[in-house]
Amino acid sequence: MRRRHFLTFSATAVGGLLVFTLDRQPLRVHAQSDRKIRVPLRFFDEREALLVSAAVARIFPSDATGPGAMEGGVVIYIDRQLAGPYGRDRYRYTQPPFEEGIPEQGYQGKATPREVYREGLVLLGQDFDRLTPAAQDARLRNMETTYFFRLLRQHTIEGMFCDPMHGGNADMIGWQLIGYPGPQMSWSDHIDQHYGKPFRPKPRSLNEVVGHQVKPGEEAE
Amino acid sequence: MKTLPRADVAIVGGGWAGLLMAKELGARTGLSVVVLERGAPRKTADYFEGMDELDYAIRLRMMQDASKETVTFRHTSKDRALPVRQFASFLPGTGVGGAGEHWTGITPRFLPDCFEILTRTVERYGAGRLPENHSMQDWGITYAELEPFYTRAEKLLGISGKTGLDPFEGPHSAEYPTPPQRTGYFPSLFRDAARSLGYHPSPVPSANLSQAYRNPDGIVRPACTYCGFCERFGCMVGAKAQPTNMLLPVIARHKSVTVRTGANVRRVLYKDGKATGVSYVDANGEEVVQPADLVVLASWTLNNTRLLLLSKIGEAYDARSGTGHLGRNFTHQATFRGVVLFFDRPLNRFMGSGACGVAIRDLDGDSFDHGPLNFIRGAYIGAYSRGHPPIGSFGVVPPSVKATWGSEWKKAAMDAFDCAANLGISGEHLAYRTNYLDLDPTYRDSHGDPLLRMTMDWNDNERNMIGFVSAKMAQVGREMGAREVVAAALPRRYDVNTYRSTHLQGGTIMGVNPGNSVVNPWLQHWRMSNLFVLGASTFPQNPSGNPTLTILAQTLRTADAIVDRYLKHPGLLA
Ligand SMILES: Cc1cc2nc3c(=O)[nH]c(=O)nc-3n(C[C@H](O)[C@H](O)[C@H](O)COP(=O)(O)OP(=O)(O)OC[C@H]3O[C@@H](n4cnc5c(N)ncnc54)[C@H](O)[C@@H]3O)c2cc1C
Ligand code: SF4
Repeated sequence: MRRRHFLTFSATAVGGLLVFTLDRQPLRVHAQSDRKIRVPLRFFDEREALLVSAAVARIFPSDATGPGAMEGGVVIYIDRQLAGPYGRDRYRYTQPPFEEGIPEQGYQGKATPREVYREGLVLLGQDFDRLTPAAQDARLRNMETTYFFRLLRQHTIEGMFCDPMHGGNADMIGWQLIGYPGPQMSWSDHIDQHYGKPFRPKPRSLNEVVGHQVKPGEEAE
Repeated sequence: MKTLPRADVAIVGGGWAGLLMAKELGARTGLSVVVLERGAPRKTADYFEGMDELDYAIRLRMMQDASKETVTFRHTSKDRALPVRQFASFLPGTGVGGAGEHWTGITPRFLPDCFEILTRTVERYGAGRLPENHSMQDWGITYAELEPFYTRAEKLLGISGKTGLDPFEGPHSAEYPTPPQRTGYFPSLFRDAARSLGYHPSPVPSANLSQAYRNPDGIVRPACTYCGFCERFGCMVGAKAQPTNMLLPVIARHKSVTVRTGANVRRVLYKDGKATGVSYVDANGEEVVQPADLVVLASWTLNNTRLLLLSKIGEAYDARSGTGHLGRNFTHQATFRGVVLFFDRPLNRFMGSGACGVAIRDLDGDSFDHGPLNFIRGAYIGAYSRGHPPIGSFGVVPPSVKATWGSEWKKAAMDAFDCAANLGISGEHLAYRTNYLDLDPTYRDSHGDPLLRMTMDWNDNERNMIGFVSAKMAQVGREMGAREVVAAALPRRYDVNTYRSTHLQGGTIMGVNPGNSVVNPWLQHWRMSNLFVLGASTFPQNPSGNPTLTILAQTLRTADAIVDRYLKHPGLLA
């Protein structure tokens, strides 16, 4: 058994940030609590989680336009994906021979997402989270063409905008940023209304909409 | 290996085509029918928990598990094919209902001249205008012959639409059973702009019901709520026509029909020129033989072709000599983004349904004169409001923004998120001698059978056509009031990374004689009269419009032929 690792978030870092929705109306991001939360890690150890968290925070930064990947809990999302079936390539065709193809033939690598991350973290460097933002950006720019970076960027978008049940998009912060309301049962009264005007209903998560906990795919066998 | 009691009919694949055939045979005959479906059972109630973009639209929970079975791909006969290790450019379905569970529901009829494409093109422009290396041919049926079955299929699904607005559509013997869906903002902009430029926009025919509907089987489905979790999702209220919500309940009324899940068919068995059944691996990994008097393949384009190749039924196509028909005329609808439009106001596209849109056919088929142009045929062009969940749509930025991450990119992508949209261009894909399917010599599925190999590339006809149509759409985009209109990249080479559509066709094509096709116009195998092949694998080339309504119409036509004629006089239908 590996030692239990946790990542500690200060939820007050989330609350009260000013963000701008598409209609250019300032909107307060709603944070559910102002307590410290300790999130158990499933794949990374704490050190690795801090490195990944620092990297995704440069891809989708917290800045004048609003909160970013750090506040959205993207690293928690990635941790759970890597721990689950996706991380071990449960659904990818992994029969040999592995040959180098042309880009049009898609990713042909043998490495699973878990292995890609473990190698990628070495490239990122043990000191990554202690560098200045400019130095972090420079290091990431050097890795831009790697498969690891491609995954990291894609996972950042996923973790920012997935349903919160997957561990990212904390407090639906990502959805609030872009004015996306999440899953809802009906827009019948609205589909041909609001032409040309912003319509920004308050987001709801899947668990709220269905009224119980839905089992996310990363928890499948 | 165990051998089961004989069935009258074995149907391979429980998607749209297989279950429609099962329903027809169940309702109209007393035959014992077994549907063999490799995937799991499904029902509408499953979809209530399914409004999750990540698990369904990104991780593809409902689609074929590539770890067990995929295809290999190369551009030309000279290249080395490698496995498509994760599906992206097309998404094969699995499980009861097949891809019909998570389809979009866009249901146009094909233009009448599609069925006689070779004859009509030569008549109007001369044989000199046919592209190099083409292998186009007429279907062996006409629009007029298929029309009554189109009408029947539309009534079954309750298609929402309106005839008479599009001057290019073929004659309809009945108005659509339900009125068009309501129009979201973005498609409304397209409709108005297209009209003012002289095009003929009309609502996209939709299997997402505009109002509650009771079909001739007595199946009642409610109106679509425009929830936006439609394409790649199952409908939680049953408003989108899916095999599970409108065929399974009817099948359940007929004790003579069984749907067996977890049955992965590997071979069609035969003796003395007659199919004798199929063999499959069941959910426990056991080899099972299901004897049957009549075998129907409905396992979609790829496996229809692969099962015939693995079973050695018919002559495999040889691209070098041009002999054989099994595997040839493989096509993939040429769907491209065309133009991306950036507006300075939000489009509220989180509301909508798969087929909530407006389309034009003015630049489709042979609706316009190709005399001075460097291509033939055209595209079905539409603007949609269909939910566009954020993981898949976030990140579009104007070309002035070069960054793909970091603050500048984040701001631009946030600004564009609900203000940018593209016009969907679904282009016709002609058949070429160089695009085909055969068995891969190296890679195998989890049972040890060779994977299917796709040899496929775009040609100049598609490139020139998409370029022409995109330029026209840029004009429409400006008329729609877009602040910035950006031409998307044109097709260069076929690639498996970007989703286009799941409209793969050909491989077991139909035609008027055994010298040019695998099945006859009744979709009956030329060499084995008790073997029928349903679905788009029978389409000799890929018309622009979405295929499923035509698949269903043809399935109904074949069901009639089996019930009214074949069962009375088994043998080759004339
Ligand atoms: C995301 C998406 C959107 C789409 N949108 C549209 C649209 O808007 N309009 C449109 O017209 N079409 C659309 N399509 C395409 C449409 O889904 C197909 O044309 C249609 O489902 C084809 O019906 P079918 O019965 O031939 O195949 P399917 O519905 O795919 O069914 C085939 C079945 O055969 C089973 N099978 C395969 N091999 C075996 C085997 N060896 N043994 C046992 N069973 C097997 C599969 O598991 C599957 O259930 C879409 C598809 C996708 C994926
Ligand atoms: S948009 Fe309509 S048809 Fe599509 S899933 Fe939602 S309710 Fe069903």
